[in-house]
Amino acid sequence: MAEATILASGEAIAARRRFRVLRKLLHHRSFMAGFIIVAVMVIAALCAPLTGVDPNQMRVRLRFRPPSEVNWFGTDQFGRDLFTRTLYGAQLSLWIGLAVAVLSGVVGAAIGVLSAQFRRLDSLLMRIMDALMAAPAILLAIGLGAALGPQTHSVIIALAVAYIPRTARIVRASALVTRELEFIEAARVSGASSMRIMFKHLLPNASGPLLVQSTFVFAFAILAEAALSFIGIGPPPPAPSWGNIIAEGRQFAVQSWWIMLFPGFAISLAALGMNLLGDGLRDVLDPRLKVES
Amino acid sequence: MFRGIMMRLSQAVPVLLIFSVMVFMLMHLLPGDPALAIAGPDASPEAVQKIREQLGLDRPLIVQLLEWFSHLAVGNFGESLTLKQSVISAVGERLPVTLSLSFVSLVVTLPIGIGLGVVAAYWRNSWIDAWVMVLALLGVSLPGFWVGILSVLYFSVQLGWFPPSGYVPLTEGGVGPWLASLIQPAVVLALFQIGFLARITRSAMLDVLDQDFIRTARAKGVDEWTTISKHAFRNTLIPVVTVLGITLSLLVGGSVVIEQVFALPGIGRLIVQGILNRDYPLVQGTMLLFGFAFVVINILVDIIYTIVDPRVRYG
Repeated sequence: MAEATILASGEAIAARRRFRVLRKLLHHRSFMAGFIIVAVMVIAALCAPLTGVDPNQMRVRLRFRPPSEVNWFGTDQFGRDLFTRTLYGAQLSLWIGLAVAVLSGVVGAAIGVLSAQFRRLDSLLMRIMDALMAAPAILLAIGLGAALGPQTHSVIIALAVAYIPRTARIVRASALVTRELEFIEAARVSGASSMRIMFKHLLPNASGPLLVQSTFVFAFAILAEAALSFIGIGPPPPAPSWGNIIAEGRQFAVQSWWIMLFPGFAISLAALGMNLLGDGLRDVLDPRLKVES
Repeated sequence: MFRGIMMRLSQAVPVLLIFSVMVFMLMHLLPGDPALAIAGPDASPEAVQKIREQLGLDRPLIVQLLEWFSHLAVGNFGESLTLKQSVISAVGERLPVTLSLSFVSLVVTLPIGIGLGVVAAYWRNSWIDAWVMVLALLGVSLPGFWVGILSVLYFSVQLGWFPPSGYVPLTEGGVGPWLASLIQPAVVLALFQIGFLARITRSAMLDVLDQDFIRTARAKGVDEWTTISKHAFRNTLIPVVTVLGITLSLLVGGSVVIEQVFALPGIGRLIVQGILNRDYPLVQGTMLLFGFAFVVINILVDIIYTIVDPRVRYG
């Protein structure tokens, strides 16, 4: 009975804390701005089929049409509707961003808690992470992307691998601090296994910085995917990736500026939204990094 | 301090070993047969096989890896398949371009990025702070290659202020044409770094401004300028120096993409062309040189760190 009461009050405290975090987020200006931008983009991406136009349908007679009431963002060198292509591009970019953030978050978190918990693994894992960080992230992603072939999933793997070391280091740093706290010692004394300590205690306590980092990885991934597509190592044409549209529109940029203009705005807006979201999350979830007074 | 440096160096050895193995494996994953790429589409299977043997591609991976290591040990980074020159000389030819671009970009970045961060922190929560933060946020959100194309359209095509592409070596035209060919890509490249650095500097400066010793300095009547420039700014530099390695890494990474936009014959272009031509000794060697360079840079950053922060030296 007494135990049940303690448990219940523990849950109540946790629930209240969650509620407080949520309320803080709702009152955080940059978090809300980012949230609205990202939400609008997600809805726009999901609504792409509603334009009723095939993003890859070529209509030669409608080539290079400037923005108008019919083609809001104009048409490209094949007469494809750029508004539709930009919306489908949002699907592709947001999917890649999400997949990279989740993949690098999960693997990075696992590596981070493993090296914090098992000190023998630590130096090996961290040297591997250092090696992955030896070259600039975008360069590593270019190399990996090229090695895996020009496909959407190779872009995802390449970018995830490039960002795993940073996430792993952040989770490790947080877990190393948690590890020294008394309640971990108590858990160990009461017979908790390493697994339980890692996933019940170390990981949840690192979830704030992990979530913040993953949000920023999402923003980086959107920018990096566009850059990879632009270089020619992204999802292959005619995939309506934002980077592809800009790369294709570039040679016509002097006469038909609109081809490359709108996808660029879309990339900027998506990255801006995720960065604002990340700033807000960091202020609320990671008080050590809090910069607002 | 000497011991510290030696320890960092000894840590760098396994990192470089792991990195070399990774780069090697990476390039052997590349789809497509380099022998086929060299022989061309019309070559007979026998000819392709002969080239494969010449390159040693028919031997077991582990033998190729060990051979590669033995070449690396004597400073041989391999021969390019398509350029008919060694990787070292190919990189050497293009290094000045990438270094010049990074240098000019860094010269633009450091004062503006750090300056904006300090100004924003000093006038925190004012309209100046708000504007600086919006600009910094835009800096880290705009895709550099897109801004680069727009910049060419406006400043080169429309106004004709700068050449739209290409590079003029310092030795050929002197400082003027050299700078003119670099200033546009360098500024575009700097936008991201400025945003990144301004955000870091601001939060570091805010931390310092809240410290007791700042209040003490003000209380004992130190004038505001000295308080900020001597007491606050110097301590702000410590976290800023830690991200210097990251800044350089971002800078060089960004230049790989920017070099494509402005057709600058630098290392980024070399790597991308190498990948597209399946010239894997070239990509392998270049990536490896990059890795080596960054391991050295990070050690240098650590050394600068001990100079800026005496606590590290004695601790």
